[in-house]
Amino acid sequence: MMAKVGGGIVTFAVLAALVGPFVIPIDPATQLLSLRLEGPSPAHWFGLDELGRDILARVLYGGRISLMVSMIVVSVSVAVGVLVGSVAGYFGGVIDEAISRVIDVLLAFPGLLLAIALVAVLGPSLTNVVLALSLIGWVGYARLVRGQVLRAREFEFVQAARALGASTSRVLVRHVIPTAIPAVTVQATLGMGGAILAEAALSFLGLGVQPPTPSWGTMLNGGRIHLLDAPHLTIFPGVAIAVLVLGFNFLGDGLRDALDPVTRRSTEQRTTI
Amino acid sequence: MLRFIARRLLLTVPVLLGVATLVFSLIHLIPGDPAQAMLGETASPQDVADLRARLGLDRPLASQYLSFLNGVVRGDLGRSLRTNEPVVPALLERMPATVELAIAAMLVALVIAIPLGVAGAVWRGTAIDHVAMTLSLAGVSIPNFWLGPLLALLFAVEFGWLPVSGRGTWAHLVLPAISLGASLAAILARMTRATLLEELREQYVTAARARGASWTRAILRHAFRNSLIPVVTLLGLQFGAVLTGAVITETIFAWPGIGRLLIQSIGFRDYPLVQGCILLIALTYVAVNLATDLLYGFIDPRIRFE
Repeated sequence: MMAKVGGGIVTFAVLAALVGPFVIPIDPATQLLSLRLEGPSPAHWFGLDELGRDILARVLYGGRISLMVSMIVVSVSVAVGVLVGSVAGYFGGVIDEAISRVIDVLLAFPGLLLAIALVAVLGPSLTNVVLALSLIGWVGYARLVRGQVLRAREFEFVQAARALGASTSRVLVRHVIPTAIPAVTVQATLGMGGAILAEAALSFLGLGVQPPTPSWGTMLNGGRIHLLDAPHLTIFPGVAIAVLVLGFNFLGDGLRDALDPVTRRSTEQRTTI
Repeated sequence: MLRFIARRLLLTVPVLLGVATLVFSLIHLIPGDPAQAMLGETASPQDVADLRARLGLDRPLASQYLSFLNGVVRGDLGRSLRTNEPVVPALLERMPATVELAIAAMLVALVIAIPLGVAGAVWRGTAIDHVAMTLSLAGVSIPNFWLGPLLALLFAVEFGWLPVSGRGTWAHLVLPAISLGASLAAILARMTRATLLEELREQYVTAARARGASWTRAILRHAFRNSLIPVVTLLGLQFGAVLTGAVITETIFAWPGIGRLLIQSIGFRDYPLVQGCILLIALTYVAVNLATDLLYGFIDPRIRFE
């Protein structure tokens, strides 16, 4: 049920971001200065911001940015994490030790902090946000995949493939890595929500997407000083972030329940207390 | 136990070295000339050369690295470019505010999470469970940089119950702590529910019931106490998320902690101070993780023999 709700929210958000700007053909950069800070109306459903720009149009374009950033960050993180984690787990020894120490060091930084530090030195821009979030994002996947591969390399079918003379790359790609796909899928779905929050946080702090490009984080930052006289500047982008992240969390949770036989069994056998 | 502590401490050494190395390399990731970037495009070549010499950027990289490590060990991280004050005292002056906020946020998180998690486990599969878990998922999804201003609008501006920003009395702490603790509460509630459900399936709970203990007693006196161990561990491990969240919360509520100092320093391109803030937060995180690890090993002997 939760997965369906989550899937519905995510599908709606993707469609809104892709098709929305054509359905509501208002340029998010057009300024109606005489109507600045005007509240929601039939002409402007979400109202206008401090420069008289249509908030609905900016939320829709901001959604494109959020989804694009999160998709790139998660894709890069998954690709690098799966590669590094499977190499560490499969080969073990010195390679595993070296990779594990790098992972330990990167995990010693609280999540977003390293991204803040990287963007601070590289300079605030969308490209640097993607770069910084990808640089920290792969670590979680690498650790997850390493654990899965450590387990999988002892499976009989993997040992059989090796005994039959399959090459290392074939054993990894055809037999070992697929065992990690369910866990990675769940992590990536939850990671989409995390990446959306991280991009919005960096933009909110002025370290991400730069004005006038619409982004949910910069919209929230711009709305802060008008919280009293025009709360709609803050409410709509905030709701957009929360709902989309909730959608990904619902979807990730639902997928975990569906893909994890232990959880599924325990859900089916409800204990009455 | 001593061997366990020694092993854990030993494992922390390369992590600390790695953290220091990464923080050192930050300044060298600045595109172009770091000294030029700090002073801006309009700075004179002489000023840029002076700053390069002052920061030691004109020396070989290995020499800079050793000086940096030496400074970290001695507690000397240079001087702020803006105020010319030593970095470490500036950090230590701000640290109590951040620690105060982090502890308050964790307390708020526990107060919200435990009843939600227990309710979800005890009334599993019912409407109460669904509401509790939906609330907790919503808590994870709502960004604190949105929740904070909304709380301020409601409780500070509309009702006038609490101050909007700053630090001073306990009342100043309430809104930042709730804003920062909400997402942690959500994570802890889910953990509490999951671990309590596991404990409730254990035979000792059935035995307690067989001895005539009521369900309430079996839950609260037996299962709940045991389920708290992983919850407390998670609380320690989530300290990093709280510290990162504090960067945003402190900025919103003008809370004079390390997080706000970090964002202000980034704005002023005061990189020695930026390095100091990042290093201090990372070291605190490592220390809390180590303490959690040791505490867990102390509570649960099985961990010591892994």
